[in-house]
Amino acid sequence: MIRFEDVRFSYPDGTEVLHGVTLEIPQGQSVALLGASGSGKTTLLHVLLGLNRPQHGRVLVDGVDIVPLAERDLIPIRRRMGVVFQDGALFDSLTVGENVSFMMRELMQLPEEEIEARTRRQLEFVELEHTLDLLPDELSGGMRRRVAVARALAGFDLEIMLYDEPTSGLDPITADTVCELIRKVAQRKHLTSIMVTHRLRDAFKVADHIVVFQDGNILYQGDRDGLFANEDPYIKRFLA
Amino acid sequence: MLDFLIGKLKGALFEVQHAVLLLIGTIRHLRDVPRRGRDILEQMEMLGADSFGITALTGLFAGMAMSMQFGVEMAVFGAQGYLGKMVTVSIVREMGPVLTALMVAGRVCAGIASELGSMQIGRQVDALRVMGVDPISKLVMPRVVAVFIMLPVLTLMADAIAVLGGAGVAMVVAKLSAATYWAGVDQGLTVQNLLGGLIKPFVFAIIIGVTGCSVGLLTEGGTRGLGRATTQAVVKASILVLVFNFLVGYLVLKALGWA
Repeated sequence: MIRFEDVRFSYPDGTEVLHGVTLEIPQGQSVALLGASGSGKTTLLHVLLGLNRPQHGRVLVDGVDIVPLAERDLIPIRRRMGVVFQDGALFDSLTVGENVSFMMRELMQLPEEEIEARTRRQLEFVELEHTLDLLPDELSGGMRRRVAVARALAGFDLEIMLYDEPTSGLDPITADTVCELIRKVAQRKHLTSIMVTHRLRDAFKVADHIVVFQDGNILYQGDRDGLFANEDPYIKRFLA
Repeated sequence: MLDFLIGKLKGALFEVQHAVLLLIGTIRHLRDVPRRGRDILEQMEMLGADSFGITALTGLFAGMAMSMQFGVEMAVFGAQGYLGKMVTVSIVREMGPVLTALMVAGRVCAGIASELGSMQIGRQVDALRVMGVDPISKLVMPRVVAVFIMLPVLTLMADAIAVLGGAGVAMVVAKLSAATYWAGVDQGLTVQNLLGGLIKPFVFAIIIGVTGCSVGLLTEGGTRGLGRATTQAVVKASILVLVFNFLVGYLVLKALGWA
């Protein structure tokens, strides 16, 4: 269970981007954080990862408030989360195989054969086993996101998967492929999924629960039918 | 206007603080050296071995130019016999370390800043943090250690090539005999001079490595920010090299009782 309680976050220049966000995400739920650029949805994701520290409020992961934790104490919590950043954030000097096996080589004491087997298994899961020796630059945008999913899954036992605009810059067909993969990961691995997106179509494909952000506030949270029934002018414009 | 100056001062202090914290973090992560051996060797090749050409050329032409200028001036006083010593002392104590550091700062500092800057912009550094891998251990420490090992080696090599270049010019232009020149070189190569010249590259290496990493990791603002960071890294490292060259030079002279 993830719970944000009255979270406020400002950048060093004083601009407040989250104005007291309260949100609860039960274990196993697939949530889409939807909103225009600058509405605070990516910032909330970074708050959950401990990359941004809120000035006010609590962020509870299974009852543990992560806000006051030091970087070192955040590590065990972060290891339960997999992240797919915008454009994948693959290490561009490493091959696809090295990217996927990176965490295993860095942090786990595993025999080489097991690392190789796990790497192949994860690449097969995202249907990219033929890209093992390619560099990220040689992949398309959609392939990079899929490799990023494989890299996240190859680490420790995950409970939460976070996706930051995983379909931005992709054509509709490739975006659909990525959304299907996100759905597949959530269902097969029984993970909580949180996806940040500004694309309505992708949010509906992936999530059971939709959260709409406007200017650092939550404007709506609920299911798809409730969203369509909502009379708020901003939401109506978003749905148009 | 005052707000602008205060803002600039705060920014500068934040950058200094960031660089100092990186240096402390690097020292703390020296325990990871055995585990990061491969990363360090890779960086030694990229940052050090690949700088061989430019530092060799710099040393050669610096030595030749100094030999030529000193040769002309010393001929006025009939003191060409001291040319080998003058060239050697100038190269070993001052010009060799400074010119090598400036060339390496231009090449290596820009490379480190642009590489780490693009990783920062592309969220690869955040990806490392989220995985639980400390970016200082993985990215900063191997680069600083690689420069720390390679810069003194490059400096020694540049010194040797400069003295050789000086010999060529001394013999061809100043018509000095090889024996006279090399006798002067022998007089100039004292333990004190070598020590004074060899302390500097270690200090400069820390400046170059930490400045490149710090500026790179603070990069923001897309490709434009990356370009700005690369330029800033070279400018900051070069200025710091010149400032610390004076400070270290003064301290060495003081320690030797010459100042």
